Amino acid sequence: MSFNNLDTLYRQVIMDHYKNPRNKGSVEGDALTVDMNNPTCGDRIQLQLQVDDGIVRDAKFTGEGCSISMSSASMMTQAIKGKKLDDALKMSKAFSEMMLGEDVDTEELEMGDVEALQGVSQFPARIKCATLAWKAMEKGVQE
Amino acid sequence: MDVKAIRQEFPILGEEVNGHPLVYLDSSATSQKPQKVIDAVNTYYKTANSNVHRGVHTLGSRATDQYEGAREKVRAFLNANSTAEIIFTRGTTTSINTVAYSYARANLQEGDEIVLTPMEHHSNLIPWQQAAKASGATLNYIPLQDDGTISLEDVRTTVTENTKIVAVTHVSNVLGTVNPVKEMAKIAHEHGAVIVVDGAQGAPHMKVDVNDLDCDFYAFSGHKMCAPTGIGVLYGKRELLEIMEPVEFGGEMIDFVNLYDSTWKELPWKFEGGTPIIAGAVGLGAAIDFLNDVGMDNILEHEQKLADYAMEKLRTIDDITIYGPEKRAALVTFNLNDVHPHDLATVLDADGIAVRAGHHCAQPLMKWLSVTATARASFYLYNTVDDVDRLTDGLLKTKEFFGDVF
Repeated sequence: MSFNNLDTLYRQVIMDHYKNPRNKGSVEGDALTVDMNNPTCGDRIQLQLQVDDGIVRDAKFTGEGCSISMSSASMMTQAIKGKKLDDALKMSKAFSEMMLGEDVDTEELEMGDVEALQGVSQFPARIKCATLAWKAMEKGVQE
Repeated sequence: MDVKAIRQEFPILGEEVNGHPLVYLDSSATSQKPQKVIDAVNTYYKTANSNVHRGVHTLGSRATDQYEGAREKVRAFLNANSTAEIIFTRGTTTSINTVAYSYARANLQEGDEIVLTPMEHHSNLIPWQQAAKASGATLNYIPLQDDGTISLEDVRTTVTENTKIVAVTHVSNVLGTVNPVKEMAKIAHEHGAVIVVDGAQGAPHMKVDVNDLDCDFYAFSGHKMCAPTGIGVLYGKRELLEIMEPVEFGGEMIDFVNLYDSTWKELPWKFEGGTPIIAGAVGLGAAIDFLNDVGMDNILEHEQKLADYAMEKLRTIDDITIYGPEKRAALVTFNLNDVHPHDLATVLDADGIAVRAGHHCAQPLMKWLSVTATARASFYLYNTVDDVDRLTDGLLKTKEFFGDVF
């Protein structure tokens, strides 16, 4: 049997983030906390951001969900840590475009492993899984 | 029952999905539609389309005859006493909300109790939460046995003299449990309560005789039994419906209208405000004809065999957890080790196999099962043992695919 099509979705690096999530847990001390869930499927995430001087000092998450939603949260926290809020929002916009199948220069924005989620755009039913963590981050920043 | 011939009647079953013949195992969410139903809706629009109950013209009579003819088909399907007891709605959710708004709010007060089970679909749960909040009534739950069934003993201790409404699903959309609604109706009545049965997963799959069950209300959706989306039914006992107020007011449901006051049409039309779902009802009538031609008992027997076979096959897979009782309706809800149901459903979909993944609109039940989500394969008259085999192979492939991860 061939897994070719599925391999574009479940890239090695995604499974690695799923198995060994980065920044999983709670931030010590004061932090901005955002809860978000995907009511149609039950995935949920709690994201904590520590912002100082317009810079994301720390980002951590807890949650339950599929490999795409949890690996996306892991990659997102990794990408925005140490970045300016403006840049974090730029990344979020770029990620939305990526999910629409557009070519996005993830390197220029220093988005790290996030590029691996490009394949999700070919699986429309799974886009919401990938965007959950980014939406939580946007909500947090706007607050 | 000739499943091969039945499959020929469903054009969508000839579809290819991701390069594979479709295996549709999500009929509990919505069933596929036979050509006869598609044709009935089509023909109605081509030859009879008009508004009902008002046209002096010929098309108006055709539309009315077909709409009311469908009501008679539903009446016979449920063995109800009169078409006055058959209200067309948008679906199970609207049917239950009609009872929760009209009957419940007029009859509930503080101290009254509504009895439910933890296996209810949100559509037979939230309307009662809202009715309880509005009236000061409380919600009491019949506990579940370890295997996801309910015992009549527990029903007897949970239903009290304060119970005014017992609301229960005929068949659980997650566990496949078939609840003893006839016995539960008896217990409810002994305490002066009414029983509301969510038949969304019942009516499509087995003969339902509302007289025999002696239920006060029975709600179901057309789209889960080969009819179009957007049409459903609320059956209610006439003496109850008579004293109930309509929920929607406006055109179609009135008798006399004055500047400051109005009166309602007689049953069942007083509950059908606005232009009804005429084509949907015609489609439901055609679906009932189709199911009757196959025979509801034959359908049940076929589905039982499929459910047994699916249980037998799926059990052979290592690391699978199957939820619900041994004796079940034609659906199997499960989890495969730590593979999230979404991931599992995506891998199956790549092979053309459609299953449901998620909380199945039963979040309290997910909590009871201590899971956040599950996968579900559900069967209907057009499914075959080959479908079960494809599912089993697909699950083995899923295990292989995620093998090095978990």
